[in-house]
Amino acid sequence: MAKIFKQFALPALTILILLSMVAGCTPAGQAAENKSAQTQSFATRFKIATTTSLNDTGLWDYLTPVFEKKFNTALDVVAAGTGAALDYGKRGDVDAVTVHDPAAEAQFISDGYGINKRSFAFNYFIVVGPAADPAGIKGLLPEDAFKKIYAGGVADAAKVKFVSRGDNSGTYAKEKLIWQAAGFNYPDVEKSGKWYIEAGKGMGPSLVMASEQGAYILTDVSTFLAYGSKLNLIPVVESGQIFLNVYDAIAINPAKVTTAKMLPMANNFINWLISDDVQNLIATYGVDKYDKPLFSPMKGGGCKDPGCPKVEDYTVPVN
Amino acid sequence: MQELWEGLVQAVKLVVSLDPEVIEISVRSLYVSAAAILIAAAICIPVGGLINFHDFRGKRVLINVIQTFYSLPTVVVGLFVFLFISRAGPLGGMGLLFTPGAIILGQVILIMPILTGMTISALSGVDRSIRDTALGAGASQSQAIWTIIKEARFAVVGAVILGFGRAISEVGAAMMLGGNIRGFTRVLTTAISLYTQEGELVLSLALGIILIGIATVINVVVNILLQRY
Repeated sequence: MAKIFKQFALPALTILILLSMVAGCTPAGQAAENKSAQTQSFATRFKIATTTSLNDTGLWDYLTPVFEKKFNTALDVVAAGTGAALDYGKRGDVDAVTVHDPAAEAQFISDGYGINKRSFAFNYFIVVGPAADPAGIKGLLPEDAFKKIYAGGVADAAKVKFVSRGDNSGTYAKEKLIWQAAGFNYPDVEKSGKWYIEAGKGMGPSLVMASEQGAYILTDVSTFLAYGSKLNLIPVVESGQIFLNVYDAIAINPAKVTTAKMLPMANNFINWLISDDVQNLIATYGVDKYDKPLFSPMKGGGCKDPGCPKVEDYTVPVN
Repeated sequence: MQELWEGLVQAVKLVVSLDPEVIEISVRSLYVSAAAILIAAAICIPVGGLINFHDFRGKRVLINVIQTFYSLPTVVVGLFVFLFISRAGPLGGMGLLFTPGAIILGQVILIMPILTGMTISALSGVDRSIRDTALGAGASQSQAIWTIIKEARFAVVGAVILGFGRAISEVGAAMMLGGNIRGFTRVLTTAISLYTQEGELVLSLALGIILIGIATVINVVVNILLQRY
């Protein structure tokens, strides 16, 4: 048996390792070639992980070519919930993250994983639901609306449903925050019945699911606008201080995550995001399709809520 | 029903108009899974042959283990490979995660058991009398083995096609290891998964039809070649 293994296992293993190394090198070149038909090939690749709402709205499809042209570097965007994005950052699998969960970000930075945080865009959350508004929450404050959704769902899960992201995302964090602000202990909500549906998907897919189920859902307004035509949902709760949603870019700290090797490019990326050019691009993104911009840029976007970042958090370049 | 019909019409349109993104995704899918099957075949067919032509203790157990891994869940392969090639993992230095190479590696591991196991079955399925006849006719041991391999070629090629089918149709490893990056690691299955979840059902259907089309063409071509030679 040992002889047999020596005969084939060793060569096979060597071949496997060699081939997978070759495979690891060639596809990048190959893919760059494929891509060159549309754009061009790049010497370096820079990876970021992003919250799904920035991706599902098409914002990254819109901004990526601009970045790639300016820095002659491919921008690889991996879409994941904020929690997963931060985790990719901790592991050093990406060199920057764009996320929207203030509490998780603060933890990420105080643990030393992230540095050079800057805010680059904001929008608001809204609660959308079926036009019939079975829970009767139209125009209420978010906290009161959640109380009524809960009461309605517990009373009759066939009538009132709520789709939760349930995926460690920034939106999910916000949802839990609102339950808390409404006086609930979140684990009780989670266990309170069939009316409460945990999707485990990104923002866009969760909206599609809520639409299919005739359920209420908490969403950022941008993804809802981008998906609006595909959905049988209308905005029902649209204002409340707790609804502010700020998007931040954070570089991965090579001093803590030793495998992160692209801090200079991450800094370029962050400074590029808060540059006047890109801020203006963000201010106009979506106007042609939706008659209003999907996101507000931090610069000149008029963020006035108490939760808005300080001016230096989106004007002072990092280095 | 109308959705299905629209999907068909749309798929034909997308293929005929050579929609650059659809072509790019299809080419990447083909390329990634072809690389995976070539690597896996280069390893597994010889290994399968060695296992088949040698008798050793534990051979039966080994074959059983290989067969058990036929149904290796793609997401489990994805998870394990992720842990290995993540920068925090033992092979992190290669920077493979979220590249096409990562998907290839995942698919190779996914289809190795099937390819090895089916090679063994193919070879052991060849009638023993063929080997004896060859040896009796004065063939050397290696010539006899070659005769058996030639006899078993249909079944081995079948195994390769099956492996390719499993590779190109899997979504778990491609999603977890490639990250579904547009223009870099987005393949047919991850694109279909994304577009379906986004409610772009017609586009999903179109890509699905292309995926089935690719499988059909390959199957037909291979069968024609086999019949000719």
